[in-house]
Amino acid sequence: MDQLELEIQGWRAFVEQSPAVDGRDVEELEDHLRDQIADLTEAGLTSDEAFLIAVKRLGSIDEISREFARENSGRLWRQLTAPGGSDFEQTGRWWRQALLFAIAAAVTFQIAFLAAGTPPDESSWLLRNASLLVLPFLAGYFVARRRLSWNQVLVTAAPFVIAAVVINVYPFIDGGSTELLAASHLPVVLWFVVAYPYMNGVTRSHERRMDFVRFTGEWFIYYVLISLGGGVLVGLTLAVLEPAGVDPDQIAQWVLPWGSAGAVIVAAWLVETKQRVIENMAPVLTMVFTPLFALMLAGAAVVYAVTGLGGAFNRELLGVFDALLVVVLGLVLYGISARDPLQGPGWMDRIQLVAVVSALVLDLMVLGVMVARIGELGFTPNRTAALGLNLVLLASLIGTAWLSARFLTGRSTFHRLERWQTTYLPVFGVWAATVVVVLPPLFSFS
Amino acid sequence: MNIDKDLVAASATPLVLAILAESESYGYAILKRVREISDGELEWTDGMLYPLLHRLHRLGYVTREWRIPSEERRRRYYAITDEGHAALAEHKRQWVTVAKALGDAWGGGDLLPLAFGRA
Repeated sequence: MDQLELEIQGWRAFVEQSPAVDGRDVEELEDHLRDQIADLTEAGLTSDEAFLIAVKRLGSIDEISREFARENSGRLWRQLTAPGGSDFEQTGRWWRQALLFAIAAAVTFQIAFLAAGTPPDESSWLLRNASLLVLPFLAGYFVARRRLSWNQVLVTAAPFVIAAVVINVYPFIDGGSTELLAASHLPVVLWFVVAYPYMNGVTRSHERRMDFVRFTGEWFIYYVLISLGGGVLVGLTLAVLEPAGVDPDQIAQWVLPWGSAGAVIVAAWLVETKQRVIENMAPVLTMVFTPLFALMLAGAAVVYAVTGLGGAFNRELLGVFDALLVVVLGLVLYGISARDPLQGPGWMDRIQLVAVVSALVLDLMVLGVMVARIGELGFTPNRTAALGLNLVLLASLIGTAWLSARFLTGRSTFHRLERWQTTYLPVFGVWAATVVVVLPPLFSFS
Repeated sequence: MNIDKDLVAASATPLVLAILAESESYGYAILKRVREISDGELEWTDGMLYPLLHRLHRLGYVTREWRIPSEERRRRYYAITDEGHAALAEHKRQWVTVAKALGDAWGGGDLLPLAFGRA
């Protein structure tokens, strides 16, 4: 590589340090720099001289990034203001605010857990209402933090009220499959409700939607980390106290419920406040796991393409497949949201395409078997929910595969791929809501 | 001649919009055009054009899009929208008013408005 390229790269690395100038703006500035250098070189300057003059003409990077910072709102101002000394007090207030909501969620859930009786298998009430006991506090935390207007508070609260009514008034048959489906889909619906206050009520903005995807991925990582730490703590506590005659069940009953509920809000707070930490970690995790999942999916696709899915197919395997597809989609979605959009197609994009195409093949095989089974045995709540989920996933995967193939061949921009994801996002929420609200009456709550 | 910084800043938006009204363009070419039509009198700090373009895009005055022209690098092109045309017209109106007032105050009369009438 020649000297000029090295100099441009050095310059670029310097510009990239500024949090306000995003990747695409850096690319644009670099394009400008190169044009200028080319013109100056043509006018007879050496490339060294041309580089110096071009950089000088471009002006102080500090000033440019200040201008950009004034322009870019959203997540950028957070990064920009976080290190400032004057905001320290603000951070402290947010910390107390988060703690307040975390304690409220923890106490509520703990009380509900104890009220539901132990062992909790007696009542499916807790199972159905678990997310309703925790996620309103997360929504409340964002309402308070974003200082939403009263109208927006009402918009946030309404779905929770409706969900609470639906889930408790519907005459579910105890332990029936519609009840289990509603219980498992409700958290997804409510998570989408939390998106409203998170996005400050601006749900149409694609950038905000992407922010929420990023938040979801980062929240998940923090939650897992906290759970692991909590697990170690509980394990050690048991090891220490059990010889002293403390009943392990007691500890599980008194520690796990409030811990797992409170951690939901604490994880959200961590994502918001410790942006930089997670932003360094999450892309690395995605980079590690995307290839592994791609490998595993491609292997599974080949194996089942050879052996056929029909024989091995049963309800458990269907659940495994669906979980797998959802995880892959989440990984891809998060990978897209965390990716530096300025970069051209790279090997990670190719690996991601392999993962998506393999998932697509698997999804098609599952759909084929499922349609055959439904044709043979008719619709049940489980089959309907699974069929719907697989169709929703299929459309998403097809769009992703098509657009990322076009991106890789240079016929489309990465932006289009991002847009597809953010446009499609509400479909998942709508489908989950359908399973909670429409499916049970359709199958007479069986 | 060294034109006052504030004046340069104030004229930046209408100037960029006017250049984009001629034809769609990209950052470096816009700056070249600015130098051309001002005979090199308007000295911009090149980099400051980009936050400005950002703002025009946010306001919906321009659309922008990455394209890959003949070379291997991709480049961001800007084109003016209807809203941008409307904003440009409004800017023109304001500048003509200011120029006319200045012309009257200086007694030199019609020169300034005439120059703007052309634009």
